[in-house]
Amino acid sequence: MLLSLQGVRRTFGGLAAVDDASLEVGVGEVHGLIGPNGAGKTTLLNLISGLIPPTSGAIVLDGERIDGLPSHLIAARGVTRTYQNIRLFPALSASDNVLVGAHLKRSSPLWRRMIFLPSAAAEERAARQASLELLDRVGMSERASERASNLSYGEQRRVEIARALASSPRVMLLDEPTAGMNPGEVKAIADLIRGVARAGHSVLLVEHNVKLVMDVSDRITVLDFGKVIADGTPAEVARDPAVIAAYLGGEAAA
Amino acid sequence: MSLESLQDLWLTYQSTVAFIGLNGLLALSVYTTLSCGQLSLAQAAFMAIGAYASAILTFHSGLPFAVNLAAATLLPALVAVPLGLPVLRLKGVFLAIATIGFGEVVRIFFVNLDYTNGALGLTAVPQRTSIWMIYAALSAALFVLWRIRGSRAGYALEAIREDEPAARTMGIHAARYKLAMLALGASFAGLAGALEAHYTYMVSPSTYSFTRVVDMLVYAVVGGTSVFYGPVVGATFLTALPEILREISARVGLAPGPLRLFVNGAVLLLVILFLPEGISSLPRRVRAWLRSRREAHAA
Amino acid sequence: MGQQIVNGLFLGSIYALFALGYTLVFGVLDILNLAHQAVFMICAYAALVLVVHLHMPIFAALPVAVLAGGLLGMVVDRIAFRPLRGRSDSNIAGLISSIALATILEAAVLQFFGPDVERFPFGTVPTRSIQIGGAVVSELQIVIIAIAVAMLLGLTWLLRRTRLGRRIRAVAESPKAARVLGVDVDRIISASFFVSSALGAAAGVLFGLAFNNVAPDMGRSVELKGLAVIVLGGMGSMPGAALAGVALGLLEVFTVAWIGSSYRDAVAFGVLFLVLVLRPRGLLGPAALREA
Repeated sequence: MLLSLQGVRRTFGGLAAVDDASLEVGVGEVHGLIGPNGAGKTTLLNLISGLIPPTSGAIVLDGERIDGLPSHLIAARGVTRTYQNIRLFPALSASDNVLVGAHLKRSSPLWRRMIFLPSAAAEERAARQASLELLDRVGMSERASERASNLSYGEQRRVEIARALASSPRVMLLDEPTAGMNPGEVKAIADLIRGVARAGHSVLLVEHNVKLVMDVSDRITVLDFGKVIADGTPAEVARDPAVIAAYLGGEAAA
Repeated sequence: MSLESLQDLWLTYQSTVAFIGLNGLLALSVYTTLSCGQLSLAQAAFMAIGAYASAILTFHSGLPFAVNLAAATLLPALVAVPLGLPVLRLKGVFLAIATIGFGEVVRIFFVNLDYTNGALGLTAVPQRTSIWMIYAALSAALFVLWRIRGSRAGYALEAIREDEPAARTMGIHAARYKLAMLALGASFAGLAGALEAHYTYMVSPSTYSFTRVVDMLVYAVVGGTSVFYGPVVGATFLTALPEILREISARVGLAPGPLRLFVNGAVLLLVILFLPEGISSLPRRVRAWLRSRREAHAA
Repeated sequence: MGQQIVNGLFLGSIYALFALGYTLVFGVLDILNLAHQAVFMICAYAALVLVVHLHMPIFAALPVAVLAGGLLGMVVDRIAFRPLRGRSDSNIAGLISSIALATILEAAVLQFFGPDVERFPFGTVPTRSIQIGGAVVSELQIVIIAIAVAMLLGLTWLLRRTRLGRRIRAVAESPKAARVLGVDVDRIISASFFVSSALGAAAGVLFGLAFNNVAPDMGRSVELKGLAVIVLGGMGSMPGAALAGVALGLLEVFTVAWIGSSYRDAVAFGVLFLVLVLRPRGLLGPAALREA
């Protein structure tokens, strides 16, 4: 397994937001994470990406524990993410946002740039080119030089995915990538997620759009009140009575 | 204009020209830490460290001035590292307060240091600074900041300024970048302190008070901190302003001191309220305004 | 020893008054109002003018100056803070706009009074002293401590028992929630500035009387001391500020007695620095000042 969570628990002031959660994501796998509001999905992503440390439990990436590491080191080991509430750098252009995302892939010591070494300029050109290609991949190449804060909601989400891809992560954590998108855009994101997984990046996908999750995921974990209540293939999960009761039941009734 | 009157003009204004350069360098030192979103108000202390270090070297060693300046540039950066490690973990206003505290402690330390003549400070520091040195130093600082902008490190700094936690999840080692910028800003301040000491013949603790840092911050903010040369624009404007005001105050009968303070305060207030990106953003704003007018006409 | 304690309490009560106003605005807005020291200074001048030129007794001049300070505080809010509300950099922008306003106010005072120290005329305040235990206490000191304690109690009552106080606390807790509950947030902030600046004004007048020294730069050193006090007490904490104010007063007096007067100011800033590095939430402050 590439990424595995073992009995991860996180409490806030005595309340467990994530309670003894375990799940495993394989290489090139799309792993769906669903659950009602407040089930602890975003908290789980924050734990994996190191924004907050777990209270107990282990998070293992490719045999190495990453829980408790500062977030930049977790990113360096190959975990990047997007955010439910979109956290692009608002004053930077779309392509510059992606360029920041490529931070880990780039190596161009500042002194080379200070003395105008041609290799530094070449590296920059290559990095810019790569970020434009990524924007093209998410269908945003026409808006590359637009300030992030001027982009629409759906556009910002796509740029954020491009930014997360820019470091060629081993695992990408997507937090509600289609929130606020129209059906056409959702379809494009679904294709993109599948393409990303085919290219060998694993994806952990938090999403409210259950149909999308069922369509693109290889496996699905269902959280409720911070606990894992089901885990399996989409078909298995859809049949699981606990899931139907806790989560899908609400939708089926509606 | 005759050669003589040109010479007179230069004699009258050469110290203004020197101080424009020095204040520009100091404004850049505040800007350097601000460029990754950190407000450090310890710059006067770094300036003091540079000034005292170079003056002491001048008095007690036969080293060339260039070596003194190098020491005055390096020493504050070395002090900034152990200061920054704990302090840069504080955010926003708390960082500002902690660095004010550090600045005052350093100032009071020099006030009580008998070796450097306490509150009176060092006097009769030999004049070694020429105006070209000040501008060479300023150009060097501008060059470094210019080359950082647009580099991998430059983007990392912008990302930290915009959203530090998000930047970290992109693999950016924010703590290291913030520390590097604090040290770089400290070295600018130290260099400016050394140059000023050898220009004004003296080093006195009262020069390095909280008021001085506020001045630096005002230069940076008035000039604008969204581009690296903005602080220099602000320093130039606000340093040259008193010369103009001196003429005005003679005519309207206001004392020059209060008038200068008043105009400084008013300019700062107007800029922060109505021109958040500083006066260096004026040309861009005017162009945008003209374009929108043209478009309105065309439509 | 007893004498030192009395002197420390006396100095500390002025620090506490000044810092209470400072920390009140911080608690409500999360913004440092660096114009607080200018209000402190101007109101000392206001009292001076009332006593010297209008021949008012100081006990009438003090409330007038305090009222004027409160109103000035509302002006400060209106000019330096309200226009910036909602801007993403409002923390640092507010810091700077309040510096700007302080500079303008100081320029005005310099223009009208000049840079020299002014003094209250002899006989403005009682000059007798009494003996308590081994300590000599002047009536002025007793009066100042009494006024400070009375204002502290008044503030506590205001915040705990009145409608305004409850609303101020609600806005401090969460402006958004308060707005949802129907509180006019802008008005409450304005009222907080009134209370805060009135306290600063009282501190200014008492400081001027205590040291018989009114000067345009009198607020500068107190401003930085005030920072030390509110950090030591815990940013935004009222009881913390009161406690830390008195603590700093005592600390300074004992530093002078045991180490020497030249290190008096180093204590405040040393404490400030250490508290921020070692225990950023201060004595009684809320947690989470550092980033998660």
